[in-house]
Amino acid sequence: MPASARRSPRGYTGIPRWVYVPAAVGLLFVVVPFVGILARVDWAHFVPLITSESSLAALRLSLETALASTAACLLIGVPMALVLARGPVRGRRWLRGLVLLPLVLPPVVGGLALLYTFGRVGFVGRWLEVAGLQIAFTTMAVVMAQAFVSLPFLVVSLEGGLRTAGGRYEAVAATLGAAPSHVFRRVTLPLVLPGLVSGLVLSFARSLGEFGATLTFAGSLQGVTRTLPLEVYLQREVDPDAAVALALVLVVLAGAVVGIVYGRRAAGTAER
Amino acid sequence: MTFSLRAVVLERSLDAEFDVLDGETIAVLGPNGAGKSTLFGLAAGLLRPDEGRAELDGRVLFDTRTGAWVPPHARGVALLAQDPLLFPHLTVLENVAFGPRAAGASRRAAKAAAERWLAEVDAVALADRRPTQLSGGQAQRIAVARALATEPRLLLLDEPFAALDVAAAPALRRLLRRVLAGRTALVITHEVLDAHLLADRVVVLERGKVAEQGPTAALLERPRSHFAAGLAGLNFVRGRATAEGRLAVDGLGEVSGTLGSDDGGSPAPGSDAVAVFRPADVALFRPESVPHGSPRNAWRAVVEELEPRGPQVRVHSAAGGARVVADLTAAAAADLDLAPGTAVVLVAKAAAVSVYPA
Repeated sequence: MPASARRSPRGYTGIPRWVYVPAAVGLLFVVVPFVGILARVDWAHFVPLITSESSLAALRLSLETALASTAACLLIGVPMALVLARGPVRGRRWLRGLVLLPLVLPPVVGGLALLYTFGRVGFVGRWLEVAGLQIAFTTMAVVMAQAFVSLPFLVVSLEGGLRTAGGRYEAVAATLGAAPSHVFRRVTLPLVLPGLVSGLVLSFARSLGEFGATLTFAGSLQGVTRTLPLEVYLQREVDPDAAVALALVLVVLAGAVVGIVYGRRAAGTAER
Repeated sequence: MTFSLRAVVLERSLDAEFDVLDGETIAVLGPNGAGKSTLFGLAAGLLRPDEGRAELDGRVLFDTRTGAWVPPHARGVALLAQDPLLFPHLTVLENVAFGPRAAGASRRAAKAAAERWLAEVDAVALADRRPTQLSGGQAQRIAVARALATEPRLLLLDEPFAALDVAAAPALRRLLRRVLAGRTALVITHEVLDAHLLADRVVVLERGKVAEQGPTAALLERPRSHFAAGLAGLNFVRGRATAEGRLAVDGLGEVSGTLGSDDGGSPAPGSDAVAVFRPADVALFRPESVPHGSPRNAWRAVVEELEPRGPQVRVHSAAGGARVVADLTAAAAADLDLAPGTAVVLVAKAAAVSVYPA
């Protein structure tokens, strides 16, 4: 059934008429700033601005680190979601709250936390330093900062999917002779694939936009740690036109991400 | 003996024990919440007992005393639930090939096995469909094929017809009758018909305990539990034997009947005994118009409920703790002007009442 068929325009909605006014104001509040940025773009120099050396370096670094952190989220986030959703864990609610913490924490605080853990004088970083490994203010630190703040998106999105799906298919698969790893690969993952994909896309988007934690933990070194948002912030002082052009690039990227996730969700509900 | 299980699950107040012989199909009957599904969870390995032991083909599945535990995928026990639960992301063929693949068969061998089992359930034409494109009956047939393709040593069927519409059930019933022949299986059902058609033996579960078990026909003819009597559509009262063919029942008073010839003879006076009789053999009278000429049984009771059943009316009545139902013609019920609360006298000939040891 197409989604529009259920939202019949003739059906009684029960929405008071005045509600449409603040709702419209809200919509404008979200949309108008984009118009503002579009109006400010220096279209004549748009292409040179976003293809300058520093812009391209930032764009490239952003895409690389965001992909790397998304991969990291996949590797550790999927097991976390599985254990959180179905594992025989005690204090599940507390654990879930802990995992969500980076989501509500100011990113700069997350960056400080990472710095005082993995930085040169941090209690883990100290030992890594002895082993000849330095993390803070490297590209690795950018990836870690991004993974730290975007992990909750993947875990929450996937955990919801896992809990909604329940464990009934897994139980049937087990009685058909499939060992847990086989069930995980052939049943669980395919069943929660939509949730996993939206989780990954959201994580990627969050990583792409990461600013505070990155600046605190990784600094702002061109080509090494200066990602697109950092470049935008920097150029704002020096070359506002470049900042606006790059900001537009970020807007387009974010729009594409939202389009992918929302498109998938809409398609998913239509199938059911 | 092929499968034996003894288990206690405190949380569900289950404490049951029974055996299944090689190639035997057993119907598990019982009211909702009696522990039937819990029993299946234990056999399949989806649930751990607080105490107990199970063995399948000489292999211990679990034993709480030694701590032995075989995980579900290694048991050779397939479970078919009410819901077919076909994997929605796989085609019908891939669903049926799932078990063989999990067991390590090559892609080609698993496909061949799946095709063979699809043919067995007359569903070859559905091979390339997705589960969402199947009717309820078709999906359940595929689920049967999928379970059988794992060559299970024990097959568990949990109300396989419950989710099907009336039109689809008979075909699946025929199919199961065919594939269950010679297979070791347990079937949970609420239908007497299934017990007769599919099972060699019946186990009745009541409040977590095995209330009775025996060959299907014999058990339904001479039930020893309220539940089995209800399934067989019989009145069932329990009391204490007083003399040959007689028992005292709380609420009813004395019940006279005839002794079965094949059933351990007469219950000894003072021992527990049961009396069983058909609702059609119970006549109803107003207390002031009970006919003389004394039939052997006349019990005072109060009408609780009138249930129309086609041309007849089923009268539910209570006498103390005992419950008796009587089937009258609608005309007779109208003549008596019955309503809940009406005092009546129930009359049954001794020849129509079977008495045997509980």
